[in-house]
Amino acid sequence: MTAVLATPTAPVTDVRRTRRRPSGKLLAGLGIAAVFFVIAVVGPLLTGDPEALSYDQLQSPSGAHWLGTTNTGQDVLAQLMSATRGSLTIGVLVGVFATAVSLLIGVVGGYLGGWLDESFSLLSNVFLVLPGLPLVILITDYTQTKGIMMIAAIISVTAWAGPARVLRAQTLSLRNRDYVDAARVAGEPGWRIVVFEILPNLAPIVAAQFVFAVLGGVLIEVGLAFLGLAGGASGSWGGMLYYALSASALPRGAWWWFVPPGLFCALLGTGLSLINFAIDERVNPRLRKETAQ
Amino acid sequence: MRFVLRKLGFYAIAAWAAITLNFFIPRLIKGNPVDLFLSRVQATSPPPPEYRRALELQFGVSDDPLWVQYFGYLKNLAHGNFGLSITNYPVPVSTVIAQALPWTLVLVGVSLTITVVLGVGLGALAGWKRGTWIDGLIPSTTFLAAIPYFWLALILLFLLGSTLGWFPLNFGYDVANFTGPEASGAFLGSAIYHGTLPALTIVLSGVAGWMLGMRNMMVSTMAEDYVVMAEAKGLSPRRVMLSYAARNAVLPSVAGFAISLGFVVSGQIATEIVFNYPGIGFALIQAVNSADYPLMQGIFLIISLAVLGANLLVDLVYGVIDPRTRQEARA
Repeated sequence: MTAVLATPTAPVTDVRRTRRRPSGKLLAGLGIAAVFFVIAVVGPLLTGDPEALSYDQLQSPSGAHWLGTTNTGQDVLAQLMSATRGSLTIGVLVGVFATAVSLLIGVVGGYLGGWLDESFSLLSNVFLVLPGLPLVILITDYTQTKGIMMIAAIISVTAWAGPARVLRAQTLSLRNRDYVDAARVAGEPGWRIVVFEILPNLAPIVAAQFVFAVLGGVLIEVGLAFLGLAGGASGSWGGMLYYALSASALPRGAWWWFVPPGLFCALLGTGLSLINFAIDERVNPRLRKETAQ
Repeated sequence: MRFVLRKLGFYAIAAWAAITLNFFIPRLIKGNPVDLFLSRVQATSPPPPEYRRALELQFGVSDDPLWVQYFGYLKNLAHGNFGLSITNYPVPVSTVIAQALPWTLVLVGVSLTITVVLGVGLGALAGWKRGTWIDGLIPSTTFLAAIPYFWLALILLFLLGSTLGWFPLNFGYDVANFTGPEASGAFLGSAIYHGTLPALTIVLSGVAGWMLGMRNMMVSTMAEDYVVMAEAKGLSPRRVMLSYAARNAVLPSVAGFAISLGFVVSGQIATEIVFNYPGIGFALIQAVNSADYPLMQGIFLIISLAVLGANLLVDLVYGVIDPRTRQEARA
């Protein structure tokens, strides 16, 4: 407890410097995310056709096939590269869709208030309590969805409600700040106040929610594809796992087939969570290590 | 009282939304269950019209206006009538669900409780002893939390089931020795043995999230004045930790636990697939794969209502355990 009392005596510049320096978590998280981004962009170009069949069936890793082959002789490394691209694409699309909708519903509703806010808020509360994965399973199945955009859109249906509620609450508190009142009195139009006065203050929260939505999108799609329900599109980590499991890679001991996709997913998830922690610590100073010393 | 009424009103609307969604999605998009059933049972000659008519009556297909169908559907639901399962024809959907539900409830319910108790306990300790080795565990748990839970199940199944042979690979009980669930000690043992590995994966993949949430709440709570006050009074560290910090920090976890209870029904679909576990998730995927729409609808409805019920419970209980939320609602 003495440490807490001692903090104010430290020079102000020191405190500032520690705050400005990006945390190790943020750097590690961004590093991991960057690596995956590069893999998704460049990887498939280097490894050849993931669908190409060969007579090297179910072989363990070797010089010719770094990650071995599948039961139809496809190169697992090539599949992993293209699956990384597929999973990441879905994740980013879900992130963009969900963030856009949550901004619209949360910020606009929160700022304008009235019956619009009431109905937006009811809508997001209802979606918040509908079970996500089963709903996605039902919709993809009924619509017989194919294609990456539709899958991403359907996953987004279940991903926007939580962020929208948080953004609404934040907007409600920002709406009555003095500088917003000042802008209103100065005659700024409503959209300008939202975009230039309110949005910048929501930026860290929106960033964290975007990262979270990307991760959620990746994980839901992986689950969906693993269950064989992602509309036949095999180009994701979940699709690889689905084919590995249905070709009984497990009893046949083909670990090189089903370990890498899950590991990649976990690594990406770790990276994105680290980014989120870093943002959290910035938004909520109590979680920051520096202030406790 | 107004607080309770408002909440009840909201959940009535949400339940109505789920039910209505469940009614409309298949009707807007798919052909009717009779065609699906006929395409399953025979492909040679077109069925006699009487047969078709009989099936239409059984599956509740009609050419009535949509609103008549809608009220008929509501009436059936009110009587607990979900229709007939196509794959298990002529078994009613409610029977299929009643057979699958206990497996999921017991497996996921028990493992969730273990997960939460373990996670909250470790999280409280990590928050209290910030900066020590146990707090150092936190970053590594993010890796554990980011693993897709069914992939963890695959890995454990491969290592402990396939390679070491410690655990069975499939099913909820020993299907070679038992024809079906029965009330005997041997069956119970078999079910526990088969449930251990699925339960282990659920605990392992879930514990990190609870630990992190509790740890962060603990850290936030420990900066509150009343904790500082308790320390200043010279209370024992154990008492400060448990009765002052943890007691307040645990509130969101209590709410989270109750909400997760609602997701018990639906939360482990992929795990059940990996282990061929005869629960509700397994039934749902089977229904999807065989286009058994009445069963899919029934399961989705059960899942939705479970989640809604749990959320309602949280809202009501939270008003009791944390009076501050009641105040806000009134204001």
